[in-house]
Amino acid sequence: MATRQLKWQLAKVVEIRKETPTVKSFILDVPDWTTHLAGQHVDVRLMAADGYQAQRSYSIASPPEVTHLMLTVERIEDGEVSPYLTDELRVGDRIELRGPIGGYFVWSAFDDKNDDSPLFLVAGGSGIVPLMAMIRHRANSGKKVPTRLLYSSAYQEEIIYRQELDHISANDSSLRVIYTLTKRQPLNWQGYGRRIDRPMLADTIWQPAEKPRAFTCGPTRLVEAVANCLQELGYKPESIKTERFGPTGG
Amino acid sequence: MGISEAPWKQPYHSRAPTEGIASQQSAGTIFEVFMTSQFISPGFKRRAREADSAFKERIPPGQYETKDFPVLSAGPTPRTPLDQWKFSIYGGIAEDLKWTWDEFLRLPRETVTVDIHCVTKWSKLDTVWTGVSVDTLLKEVNLEAQSGIGYLIAFCDGGYTTNLPLPDVRGGKAWIAYEYDGKPITPEHGGPARLLVPHLYFWKSAKWVRGLKLVAQNKAGFWESLGYHDYGDPWKEQRYAGD
Repeated sequence: MATRQLKWQLAKVVEIRKETPTVKSFILDVPDWTTHLAGQHVDVRLMAADGYQAQRSYSIASPPEVTHLMLTVERIEDGEVSPYLTDELRVGDRIELRGPIGGYFVWSAFDDKNDDSPLFLVAGGSGIVPLMAMIRHRANSGKKVPTRLLYSSAYQEEIIYRQELDHISANDSSLRVIYTLTKRQPLNWQGYGRRIDRPMLADTIWQPAEKPRAFTCGPTRLVEAVANCLQELGYKPESIKTERFGPTGG
Repeated sequence: MGISEAPWKQPYHSRAPTEGIASQQSAGTIFEVFMTSQFISPGFKRRAREADSAFKERIPPGQYETKDFPVLSAGPTPRTPLDQWKFSIYGGIAEDLKWTWDEFLRLPRETVTVDIHCVTKWSKLDTVWTGVSVDTLLKEVNLEAQSGIGYLIAFCDGGYTTNLPLPDVRGGKAWIAYEYDGKPITPEHGGPARLLVPHLYFWKSAKWVRGLKLVAQNKAGFWESLGYHDYGDPWKEQRYAGD
């Protein structure tokens, strides 16, 4: 195993997008970026003038095919790093990062082992970010891997990437996006209106016989519930990959 | 290291954490930063909670303190009924060692209070665990007579593995824990039993541990073969391969 160190690099902010009231995407120019797989993350480091440093991991939202790296960051109230990124960072500013990190919670359209297995993606809140990299990568690859995304948010205005998700799925019948809103649903809401539970999963999953691959990312409670229910519904443990997004001190 | 009289000549990352803290009040701080040419994020400051003495001495570089107990695992949480649970030690020894759950609970227990550090950046102070010291388990093995054994691989329900040098689990450094904070460890946190090796990043403290395989050669475990550091010392920030 090669032991070349993952070097800290200076990334320059080229664009900032406000995704929701508390979430921003940062599009970064990283001159020495090699490549990554959809689902991987980077470590971001902030250094104070006295040498104190803080680091956090952020999932990469951009697919490997695009030049710039996108990180999508949820502002954690009382957090240390995320409020600096969402409140202080401007276009033209620089931050230190290194990566890509994580070789397990990843998906590639060009992986020979896929066997056209359908994808079942389940996101809670900002847990959508690594799954969005997979959806974007899948769309760019031109491979119509049958894919369903079940995406839980508290309120409609907190759905991240809503326009893009609706646009991609409207133009691709092999991608279906199913939303659920747990706290409040607008009039004429077409999606679900509760936390993800076993009946909702039973309604939306690919059947185990189709040998689906499942990825779920979100708060611990959601991820635990989804992974347990999927096993009860016949999914093999090794076909379920999980990633937790705890808003812990972010 | 003989260079304590000139701490600004050392780069930040090679300095012991307490030295780094001591120097931050010195007039040399800005100069040091220039010397190491590290990028300063304008306006980013250490908060009061990161400036107190407990934080400085007990939180390794790049970590933050959390009061919750985050859950991180790569797949679903396995649930093995206790009547099917066994713990075994094998590899390079005359006879495999095996304990049932009831036998395991009858072994001498220890309660320890330790700080834990997860590679995903959180640290949690003063966590209280009860379990069996790995020294107790290895007492029945005449390791001194097995000079070829240098490492072990912890194996777990769900297929997770992690590798450790043998000296890192001996001499009161590692336990097979089955209680957290006086209560059985919940499945999400690795119950019924998990390895506890608090001086290394917490992915080495394998959840749902079922045994230890003693081996002559080091061999990467699950995360170690996916780009994470082979050893994982949090005070040296050995997060990823090459760190």
